[in-house]
Amino acid sequence: MHRIVAKIQLSPNVTRLDVEAPRVAQIRQPGQFVIVRRTDRAERIPLTVADADPKAGTIALVIQAVGKSTKELVALNVGDVIRDVAGPLGMPTELISKGRALCVGGGVGTAVVHPIAQGLHARGASVTSVIGGRSKEWVIFEPELQRYGNVVVCTDDGSYGRKGFVTDASRELLEAGGIDIVYAVGPVPMMRAIANLTRPFGVHTIVSLNPVMVDGTGMCGGCRVDVGGETKFACVDGPEFDGHKVDFDLLADRLSTYRPQEQAAAERCGDNCRVGLNK
Amino acid sequence: MSIDISPASAPKKLSPKERMAIERQCMPEQGATARAANFKEVNLGFPEQLAFLEAERCIQCKDPKCVQGCPVRVNIPRFIGFLAAGDLAGAAQSLLGDNALPAVTGRVCPQETQCEEQCIRGIKGKPVAIGYLERFVADWAREHRNGAKPAAVPASGKKVAVIGAGPAGLTAAGELAKRGHDVTVYEALHQAGGVLVYGIPEFRLPKKIVDMEVQRLRDAGVKIECNVIVGRTYTLPELREQFDAIFIANGAGLPVFMNVPGENFKGVYSANEYLTRVNLMSAYEFPSADTPVLVGKRVVVVGGGNVAMDAVRTAKRLGAEDAVIVYRRTKAEMPARVEEVHHAEQEGVRFELLVAPLEVIGNDKKWVTGLKCQRMQLGEPDKSGRRRPVAIPGSEFVLECDVVVVAIGTRANPLLTATCPELKLNKRGNIEADENGMTSLPGVFAGGDIVRGAATVILAMGDGKKSAQAIDDYLRKPAASA
Ligand SMILES: Cc1cc2nc3c(=O)[nH]c(=O)nc-3n(C[C@H](O)[C@H](O)[C@H](O)COP(=O)(O)OP(=O)(O)OC[C@H]3O[C@@H](n4cnc5c(N)ncnc54)[C@H](O)[C@@H]3O)c2cc1C
Ligand SMILES: Cc1cc2nc3c(=O)[nH]c(=O)nc-3n(C[C@H](O)[C@H](O)[C@H](O)COP(=O)(O)OP(=O)(O)OC[C@H]3O[C@@H](n4cnc5c(N)ncnc54)[C@H](O)[C@@H]3O)c2cc1C
Ligand code: SF4
Ligand code: SF4
Ligand code: FES
Repeated sequence: MHRIVAKIQLSPNVTRLDVEAPRVAQIRQPGQFVIVRRTDRAERIPLTVADADPKAGTIALVIQAVGKSTKELVALNVGDVIRDVAGPLGMPTELISKGRALCVGGGVGTAVVHPIAQGLHARGASVTSVIGGRSKEWVIFEPELQRYGNVVVCTDDGSYGRKGFVTDASRELLEAGGIDIVYAVGPVPMMRAIANLTRPFGVHTIVSLNPVMVDGTGMCGGCRVDVGGETKFACVDGPEFDGHKVDFDLLADRLSTYRPQEQAAAERCGDNCRVGLNK
Repeated sequence: MSIDISPASAPKKLSPKERMAIERQCMPEQGATARAANFKEVNLGFPEQLAFLEAERCIQCKDPKCVQGCPVRVNIPRFIGFLAAGDLAGAAQSLLGDNALPAVTGRVCPQETQCEEQCIRGIKGKPVAIGYLERFVADWAREHRNGAKPAAVPASGKKVAVIGAGPAGLTAAGELAKRGHDVTVYEALHQAGGVLVYGIPEFRLPKKIVDMEVQRLRDAGVKIECNVIVGRTYTLPELREQFDAIFIANGAGLPVFMNVPGENFKGVYSANEYLTRVNLMSAYEFPSADTPVLVGKRVVVVGGGNVAMDAVRTAKRLGAEDAVIVYRRTKAEMPARVEEVHHAEQEGVRFELLVAPLEVIGNDKKWVTGLKCQRMQLGEPDKSGRRRPVAIPGSEFVLECDVVVVAIGTRANPLLTATCPELKLNKRGNIEADENGMTSLPGVFAGGDIVRGAATVILAMGDGKKSAQAIDDYLRKPAASA
């Protein structure tokens, strides 16, 4: 059992839960995730370890409420427990220790980029972050990322930072030169756009893939993705891959496999799920 | 012939002739139509009277061949003898002394190629139903021996880690605890049982049975920590520092795909994923359980082993109108248990034999619409002695379907072994171990599917038992702690 020790609403549909998981807190590395199961009948869902406090023995999960499982998780309160937290899973991020990295985060992906920026900074690389959201209230993790370097905020409506997409700001930075590597995490279309953007610049680009997972240990093959024409299991071979080789169409397509079931589940969970959301 | 089998009276002494005249008793089962629509157990178990009657068929051979056929050498005539004498407690004690999970093996052992194949009564007629009797005694024991506390053993002061809570790991853990060692089992999933809970379906092996066995181990002092992935949460070298010995039993859980075009279309599952969703995650109860599974109208399962049978019968139960096995040899070569093939046929599963898949066909939305196959014929025997299937040119055809399940085998998962390069593996990624399960690293033992490749429950248990003894010997050697 893993107790929730803190809860913060970061944006209208993104919540941060700090959860007791001492072993994971101690050894997690950037890029790794846990598989969480709220109760006995619940689904196993993967969530990135967005931050950790090894002394307190807690990890930060930053959760975008998109369906039944995530809505039920963000409806939990301080003192409630999560039944299972398994991990850390996945390969640690390939980090550089000198040179300059560009970290691009879109929406909840910003929280996934956070430990990468943290790791880069700790190793001595210089970090620039470009993060985005629909409007001001959707921008998350800006203060945290500022600890590791310059942060450029973009909003679609221009209500905060600069108006436009993260790709626009990233293009300018790439054109200005001096970027050795790009890490991009966000919705599939965003990661695809960033990969397409960096390709002509010849800058190595790492993206974090989010296929549907079950076990997270390489046992089921449900998380398979195509990277450079080869089938990979994202949970053990990734979740981060070379963005220039990823078949984003396949990823987006496989993510839609359970859409009817997800809708049915979301409808069924009704009011129970909405608690946490109407704040 | 009428025999007095009322359990109250002592069983009558039968003449050999009378004994030989008793026919093998049939397992009562749910009717095929009813069961093909539910996930309840197919076999209902012998009622007491049938069990006593079946037990009378055993002629108590002086040199019991059946025992030779059992990989863990269960003393079959002994427990059946107690049963025939109406002494259920005696039968239970005898059986449980030889086999830690008889309620499981009685249900899932391929008896027809093991104990029952060797039974003398099978020469002229049908062998004694050893598996059914084993199941009967085990179920009786579960209901009647609850709370029977294992005798306290003096603590050895040694700590042993077991990796993986499948049949190999659980058996080893029980045996090690019996010998006074402090045992911790690490399991990657949220529930202990291995293939017994994520692979083998409820209708063949109710999860309740596995859960009770796991509880029995916990009561005996075994610590079971779920959600620990060795190779990630802890590495093998870390565990070696913390424990006096290690038993690796992480199974062969890596699914093999066909490597044909279209395999990543929506609707293509590995059997592991399909069965895990349905069994471990209870997707057959969606939406009351949260995990979904695609319910196909026409489901094609590729393969001919137990895994394929479990998948195809699961598809039927989920509501498939057409559930088809595609296998490239004939029924005679199928590695599945005979009872499973038979049950599948009764339930209306279709068999496309001598057929091999070529390509998964999908529509513009990338949903599976069919499996392109070709017909085969049997040619010359290959190395395994089985006749090799050879493609018949021009025989291609498409099996229309909306779900494809690939059940063509599994391999060793490298997640754990990758964290310990010093551990010797064979070419296929399985851990190399001697007959006692000793690996190339001192104090590290291994058994079950991770050593053998995908095998059977009873072989995995046998490995667990043997290795526990070897670990005990190793720990009691004076130099062990050095
Ligand atoms: C490695 C990895 C790290 C992730 N990290 C985060 C994170 O830090 N924060 C966050 O908010 N989300 C993260 N996700 C996504 C998150 O797991 C899904 O949003 C969640 O599982 C959706 O479950 P649901 O029941 O709420 O929604 P559903 O209604 O079931 O599904 C909504 C969408 O989520 C996806 N999804 C559904 N089930 C799964 C599943 N079992 N595994 C993965 N995706 C699924 C599908 O694309 C679906 O369309 C991560 C995913 C992966 C693979
Ligand atoms: C669908 C199916 C049907 C079958 N039917 C039959 C049958 O009818 N009769 C029969 O005799 N055999 C059958 N088998 C084969 C039999 O189940 C296996 O041979 C047996 O379970 C192997 O036991 P094991 O203990 O070696 O491994 P497993 O049962 O595979 O258990 C291994 C355990 O280790 C865990 N694990 C893996 N990696 C790690 C890690 N890194 N850290 C911690 N834990 C880890 C796994 O989660 C799992 O719980 C079937 C197999 C399948 C898949
Ligand atoms: S364990 Fe299996 S092989 Fe051995 S006697 Fe029992 S059913 Fe037969
Ligand atoms: S071989 Fe058959 S008849 Fe003989 S002891 Fe074994 S079960 Fe009984
Ligand atoms: S989630 Fe099952 S193999 Fe990756």
